[in-house]
Amino acid sequence: QGGGSAVIDMENMDDTSGSSFEDMGEMHQRMKEEEEEEAEGEAGAGEEEDGEFLGMKGLRGQLGRQMWQVGKRQASRAFSLYANIDILRPYFDVEPVQVRARLLESMIPVKMINFPQKIAGELYGPLMLVFTLVAILLHGMKTSDTIIREGTLMGTAIGTCFGYWLGVSSFMYFLAYLCNAQITMVQMLSLLGYGLFGHCITLFVTYNIHFHSLFYIFWLVVGGLSTLRMVAVLVSRTVGHTQRLILCGTLAALHMLFLLYLHFAYHKVVEGILDTLEGPNMPPFQRVARDIPVVSNAVLNTTAKAIALTL
Amino acid sequence: GKGRAPPALSARPAQFPGLADVSVPQDIPVEGEITVPVGSPSPDEDFSTLDEPVRDTIMRDLKAVGKKFVHVLYPRKSSALLRDWDLWGPLVLCVSLALMLQGGSADSKDDGGPQFAEVFVIIWFGAVVITLNSKLLGGTISFFQSLCVLGYCVLPLTVAMLLCRLVLLLGSGTGAFVLRLLVVLAMFAWSTLASTAFLADSQPPSRRALAVYPIFLFYFVISWMILTFTPQ
Repeated sequence: QGGGSAVIDMENMDDTSGSSFEDMGEMHQRMKEEEEEEAEGEAGAGEEEDGEFLGMKGLRGQLGRQMWQVGKRQASRAFSLYANIDILRPYFDVEPVQVRARLLESMIPVKMINFPQKIAGELYGPLMLVFTLVAILLHGMKTSDTIIREGTLMGTAIGTCFGYWLGVSSFMYFLAYLCNAQITMVQMLSLLGYGLFGHCITLFVTYNIHFHSLFYIFWLVVGGLSTLRMVAVLVSRTVGHTQRLILCGTLAALHMLFLLYLHFAYHKVVEGILDTLEGPNMPPFQRVARDIPVVSNAVLNTTAKAIALTL
Repeated sequence: GKGRAPPALSARPAQFPGLADVSVPQDIPVEGEITVPVGSPSPDEDFSTLDEPVRDTIMRDLKAVGKKFVHVLYPRKSSALLRDWDLWGPLVLCVSLALMLQGGSADSKDDGGPQFAEVFVIIWFGAVVITLNSKLLGGTISFFQSLCVLGYCVLPLTVAMLLCRLVLLLGSGTGAFVLRLLVVLAMFAWSTLASTAFLADSQPPSRRALAVYPIFLFYFVISWMILTFTPQ
């Protein structure tokens, strides 16, 4: 289709049939306002006869009342625009078969990078993958026998996963804007979210089978595949060698480093945070999990001796 | 309107025998509103609960909550949970679960459990996210109905928490861990199946799996918190 031509027309490649948040919200709000104005018109005519608004009569009362009404209308418009979950509905319009297909596709790098690849702007799969990653992280903390306060652990797990998904997506969207890549914010969120599927698989396996070499293999193969897929899709939507290099290098680095971070540094980071939070007076936290048999044996022996002596 | 009493009625005792004893003195006016009620009394008056004793109110609410507990324990396709939703049961379950998940004393720095607020926030935040997700997928259930169902289906996991605490009192070896694991797994499956039985009907049939998966994750996280609880 577009393989032979030297000029790629980037303008019409996406179907932006799913309108942006603001457009859909505006339409909805306009329809509601038309109904409200008819109702208000009849009710408001009677009120203005009174002439008093918050104790101010005459012209000041009128002015005050008008300002109040305008302000109220603007506030209610803003509220119903952003608090209306219907604007998110098109992004959740998906079938289970499609979700499964997209999950599998996220591990398969595309070959055709000269033709822009389509990205589905869907948020259900990425959101569920982020929550799954949180659950896997929590599971991993326990199987690694780390005795930390689970409350802070859970908050940190949720914060890390959501922070990565939202933060890196925003950052990549900003870079894409600088490098003239044709990608929207929802598509970036979707792409990165599905890229977390590789992370989920890797961490699920390596938290249960503790071999560092196994982790490295999974990191390279599984992590690498999902990164390659994301990179290939981005490359297909960018023109120019330097821009492609910047975008793909950044995304690959961030994605692979995040997996490394989750596997190795997570425990130590959380322990470090807890140490700094509790102040310098607390003794440094000791990971006693592996020493428990020795310690408990010693304790048992001394206790038994003490009891024997008293008896 | 106001009216004045007629002169003494004793003038005609034969026609109104019962009124012969009635004598209203003339100098005291009889006042009052004379209105004729139009139509039947409004139906609200029959269900006005303001005048009943407090005990009746409490017993009625307790019975409603208890009936819903029974519905959760034996999940059948009934609409009682959905029709008369209330959040008392979820609140009680959530508070009791969070209290039981408290570790040692509040002052100890290495208690083995999450803080009360963490459990509370996770349960309610998780339930809100699942509800929003099922609404966005095209579900026909209302916000509070879904919260009600998800909250009530935490009951098996609260029972699991009780049993785990009992088992931990007896011992904390590998056998105890296996027993706790089995109990928590069974209750987790029960919770998920119960909530699915109630919520799946409100989804379009092709998308049930999409709505059930976050419920599965939600109860998995709560089960994880219960299973890994170690009192100091």
